[in-house]
Amino acid sequence: MTEEILTTPLEQQEYTINMGPQHPSTHGVLRYVVSLKGEIVHKVEPHLGYIHRGIEKMCEKLTYPQIIHLTDRLDYLTAHINNHAVCLAVEGALQVEVPERVVYIRTIMDELNRIASHQLWWCAYGMDLGGLTCFFYGLRDREKILDIFEESCGSRLLHSYYTPGGLMKDINPNFQKRTKEFIKYFRKKLPEYDQLLTGNVIFQERTKGVGPLTKEEAISYGVTGPNGRASGFSCDVRKHHPYAAYDKVDFKEAFYTEGDTFHRYKARIDEMWESMKIIEQLVDNIPEGDYSAKMKAVIKLPEGEYFQRVEAAKGDFGIFIISDGNKTPYRVKFRSPNFCNLSCIDLLSKNFKIADLVAISGSLDLVIPDIDR
Amino acid sequence: MAFSIYDLTSFNQWVDKGLNSVMSPLWATITEMAIIGVVFLLFYAVVGLFLVYAERKICGFIQCRVGPNRVGPYGIFQTIADFIKLLMKELVPINKADKFLFNLAPFIIIIASMMALAAIPFAKGIHAIDFNIGIFYILAVSSMGVIGILLAGWSSNNKYSLIGAMRSGAQIVSYELSVGLSILTACIMFGSLQLSTIVESQADCWLIFRGHLPAFIAFLIYMIAATAETNRGPFDLAEAESELTAGFHTEYSGIKFAFFFLAEYMNMFLVASIAATIFWGGWMPLHIGHWTGFNMVMDFIPPAVWYLGKTAVIIWLMMWFKWTFPRLRIDQLLTLEWKYLLPINLLNILVMALVVLMGWHF
Amino acid sequence: MSNQELKEKIQALLPTAEFAEGGKWLTVVIPKEKIHSLCKSLKETPELAFDFLLCESGVDYPDKMAVFYHLESTLHRHMLVIKAIIPTRENPEIHTVSDLYQTANYHEREIWDFFGINFKNHPDMRRIFLDEISDNIGHPFRKDYQDEVNIIER
Repeated sequence: MTEEILTTPLEQQEYTINMGPQHPSTHGVLRYVVSLKGEIVHKVEPHLGYIHRGIEKMCEKLTYPQIIHLTDRLDYLTAHINNHAVCLAVEGALQVEVPERVVYIRTIMDELNRIASHQLWWCAYGMDLGGLTCFFYGLRDREKILDIFEESCGSRLLHSYYTPGGLMKDINPNFQKRTKEFIKYFRKKLPEYDQLLTGNVIFQERTKGVGPLTKEEAISYGVTGPNGRASGFSCDVRKHHPYAAYDKVDFKEAFYTEGDTFHRYKARIDEMWESMKIIEQLVDNIPEGDYSAKMKAVIKLPEGEYFQRVEAAKGDFGIFIISDGNKTPYRVKFRSPNFCNLSCIDLLSKNFKIADLVAISGSLDLVIPDIDR
Repeated sequence: MAFSIYDLTSFNQWVDKGLNSVMSPLWATITEMAIIGVVFLLFYAVVGLFLVYAERKICGFIQCRVGPNRVGPYGIFQTIADFIKLLMKELVPINKADKFLFNLAPFIIIIASMMALAAIPFAKGIHAIDFNIGIFYILAVSSMGVIGILLAGWSSNNKYSLIGAMRSGAQIVSYELSVGLSILTACIMFGSLQLSTIVESQADCWLIFRGHLPAFIAFLIYMIAATAETNRGPFDLAEAESELTAGFHTEYSGIKFAFFFLAEYMNMFLVASIAATIFWGGWMPLHIGHWTGFNMVMDFIPPAVWYLGKTAVIIWLMMWFKWTFPRLRIDQLLTLEWKYLLPINLLNILVMALVVLMGWHF
Repeated sequence: MSNQELKEKIQALLPTAEFAEGGKWLTVVIPKEKIHSLCKSLKETPELAFDFLLCESGVDYPDKMAVFYHLESTLHRHMLVIKAIIPTRENPEIHTVSDLYQTANYHEREIWDFFGINFKNHPDMRRIFLDEISDNIGHPFRKDYQDEVNIIER
């Protein structure tokens, strides 16, 4: 070993550092083993499994309404959207007609959840780049959404608000009023985000041209969501395979072709504007009616394979259920967007600096429990 | 002049004579040094505690929150509580660390910042040592701190610390140039390196107003470079906590960490007071041309208040951009210095020399 | 392209393929040997152009194992499910598709980790989640997996 160090020229020597599992910029228990030449990243190897709980295996022992509570724990920032995937899969398999009111409420909740998730990403991203003030600006506004959730769902993070066939409970009478208030408030606050971070010269220098991903690579690596769309990969499930009320609303897919860190950032900021537009179109038109369809006490899916895709905040979230006709599934697989998004980290950060690795991994918006499942 | 009402020179001479009359000159000098040492230590502690509190309040203000508000009225005792906590914390021993250098590093940093304090004129007469090469002394002594940082990073036996220390070395060596050259620009105007002379020569008009554009440019460059010198955001690459956890002081705990912490704030105080002394006239009151009445009123504000006020404003500026800017990358940091600040600085010196030569200043 | 058209196209590519009906998307059932060649021609035929591997999941049946591939064409927006059957449960093996779809790299490592299905020609066939625990913990997603401590039977 010593001889090797002595004989290799200094500029060819590599050393490895462990980024994580306890590191401020991996946002959880993710571990990168980074090979460095000086400050330049040569190879990044993610080591996973620190928060692997075997949720898919656990699902094989649980009934479908119980599975919903576990999906909260996947990507905990978009619990509503994960629940939505299970509900849609079960409803699709049983061919249950869901009341229109439920469809509208679910769509609004999903979009609120998407905004909340992007807000938290924005705070954390600002902090990754050293702008600590961003964290408080983002959390200040996210608090308003969580209050809306708390009022209707009784919980702020892990809602489990949707059930197969409908909702746990009807929305709070204040829901529409407060949602409209929030949209009005956030339309004023979102430009502040741009003033604080987007327009900053240092921020643009740090992010423009860093970690580029081409469209072909995005498709091949299965990078979806805002990350994929920043590279020009049109992958919005809400557009291409519409579910819930997305075929009734008018919205644009946030779309860029550059694919670098800055445009992944821009795509998410744009998505917040679009989500607000969707909510505004729906919130006044929630039809009256039941908050849940009539379901059997024990839900048994007919034998077969069911796959349901929804657009989570991080990308294309899918649930694959194989049923053998029992009240518990035979096999459940979650297609988690973060798992696929992570796979391109080595490609993106090669030959960039260690500070860029932080910027790139932050811009992918990774949520570790969703990767490890 | 009117500000002589606050002149403490006679008081100092009286103390000096008194001491000399009761003991031999050697012992009198030693006693004086001890008194000054104790006063400076106290000052150091008080300023450190106050700055930590101020930073928390300012950062709270910028981040839409209130900051510390539980310990004492408006949370003013928060830093004292924190200090007691740090004193009582365990000093975690590091495996395979170079024990001697590991323990030495915090002392080097704190001694470097204390030594520089000696040459700063706080008010007329409150000046520990009035060198004729005061500025040169401050620059030399304050750049010793980087040795402490390098030692801390090297001896911690931690790759994060080492990267942080190397970054800090590259950064401080580069920005030292800009600090030196921008101060040199100012010194062309004064024709002296003695700090008391520099302050006196700004009696009618502060340098930043007197020296036209070149003085203003020199001030801007000094502010950028000094922030980088103190390892503060947006130039806090040495301790970039999102990349290197805590950089060079990752492995330090308890009172040793407190030393680094205190030294950071002291360095900030130092560079701010140098900026105040050289560019904003030190303890000199604000005088505007022939407005005799206005000048008289200004003279009644004690020089120490002027001095501390100016320093506080500059510190506030530094805190402001720490809490609003994202961090630079190491190559951008060095590009900024070598490709922009240094050429501008060199050009600025020429312009300043021309201004002084042709007598275009006020 | 509708499911019927897809069916005809794929029948032309692989006459031995079986089709399972009933789902939203067409499901092709093929033996494990055909997977790489089928994926390659699916990806390279212009009117099919299945270039996006959405999901790859392993399943443990009582008498066999299977790998499900959910493919999408980002050009034509049609979807296809491939079910590759591995007849044995002892040392199952299948050809990798990670040279066609980069995302399969991680998915196949996950399947190896959970089900013990070995992917031939995979560039980096290691456990992905459970590598830090122990080498001998087996493959926990198999139906016959026993763990007295952590799995509570009800």
